Amino acid sequence: MAEIQQNSGGGGKGGKKRAKKMSTRIDMTPMVDLAFLLLTFFILTASFNKPNVMQLTMPVKEKNPEEQSELKASDAFTIVMSENDKLYYYEGLLAADVKPELKVSDYSADGIRKVLLERQRRNPKTVVLIKPSDKSNYKNMVDILDEMNITNQSKYAMVDVSKDDEDLIKSSGL
Amino acid sequence: MPKVKPHRTNPSLDMTPMVDLAFLLVTFFMLTTKFAAEEVVVVDTPSSTSDIKLPESNIIRLLIDKDKRVFFGFESDKAKPLLLEKMAAKYGVTFDAKQQKNFANLNSFGVPVQQLGALLSLNTEQRKKVNQPGIPIDSLNNQIIDWVMEARKANQEAIAKPTFIAIKGDNNADVATVKKVIQILQDKNINRFNLITDLENKPVVSR
Repeated sequence: MAEIQQNSGGGGKGGKKRAKKMSTRIDMTPMVDLAFLLLTFFILTASFNKPNVMQLTMPVKEKNPEEQSELKASDAFTIVMSENDKLYYYEGLLAADVKPELKVSDYSADGIRKVLLERQRRNPKTVVLIKPSDKSNYKNMVDILDEMNITNQSKYAMVDVSKDDEDLIKSSGL
Repeated sequence: MPKVKPHRTNPSLDMTPMVDLAFLLVTFFMLTTKFAAEEVVVVDTPSSTSDIKLPESNIIRLLIDKDKRVFFGFESDKAKPLLLEKMAAKYGVTFDAKQQKNFANLNSFGVPVQQLGALLSLNTEQRKKVNQPGIPIDSLNNQIIDWVMEARKANQEAIAKPTFIAIKGDNNADVATVKKVIQILQDKNINRFNLITDLENKPVVSR
């Protein structure tokens, strides 16, 4: 760069000056810098704009319900998703004569994750029933499915909230 | 023994081949990069620890926004015209050449098929201003399932490839709508879904 400025300064004199023999090689460094900058940018954008997905496989509808195996109450663990990022859970199944103890939790790392891990230690055959109520939002649904991935809970199912579940929540007053 | 004189080489090396390669790659990436097209609605996706990437094409994209609206998008260049043809035949509507061309460029939309023609006639700027009501999903007028089923068929006929169903829901989308959409698809024996999420670091879980 400095050379070019010197040359232009000297050109104003008007004297017979022999053209300085310039080297045919030019400095390619800035161009290379730019090329690599663009290269990096395009490589990164190409691989980063692909969105991530979480796979959700719903159970296939059974044609003859008699063939389905009944879930044992001792293996069942139910999560009911409620409003304001709150969730309720209870162990076992709800029946007319059995009222399991309902507890409240949230989606944080210290919330349902701890409970799930602790439950898995006690019973590795645990099947989690996820019941998203209409008051919960989609983020909650993704969060809870994510919790299943994090805790390596392989058996879980999404089911509808039953009337009994709602009654249990109401009566518990949590 | 004579002293070994180190051979002095010129410190400036010839960068030309490297530059050639760099520019070749730049050109390649510039041409192949597809910038994410603008969505019709702002959908703020929740994050998850899943790091599976969405495939590039053959995607049926179902957007669910926070106002319970459902939008449909189909990413398969070859099968898209066929899909429009099938839907037009099914609902007895017609699309002219310009509308068909616009449909190929349309990312996703959320209008009943009867209003689709009018939407396609608009230019891109005008289309952005239209407040799209969402695709009907009631049991009486369930157009979303027709779109999905026809898209699957069209893709199978055009390029003989299966499609992926990606559900992109907003953080505040309500579960009832999402469940309904899943339910509708399950009725047609579609049980595999991909939920589009942002990436989040995987926490370490101690057991």
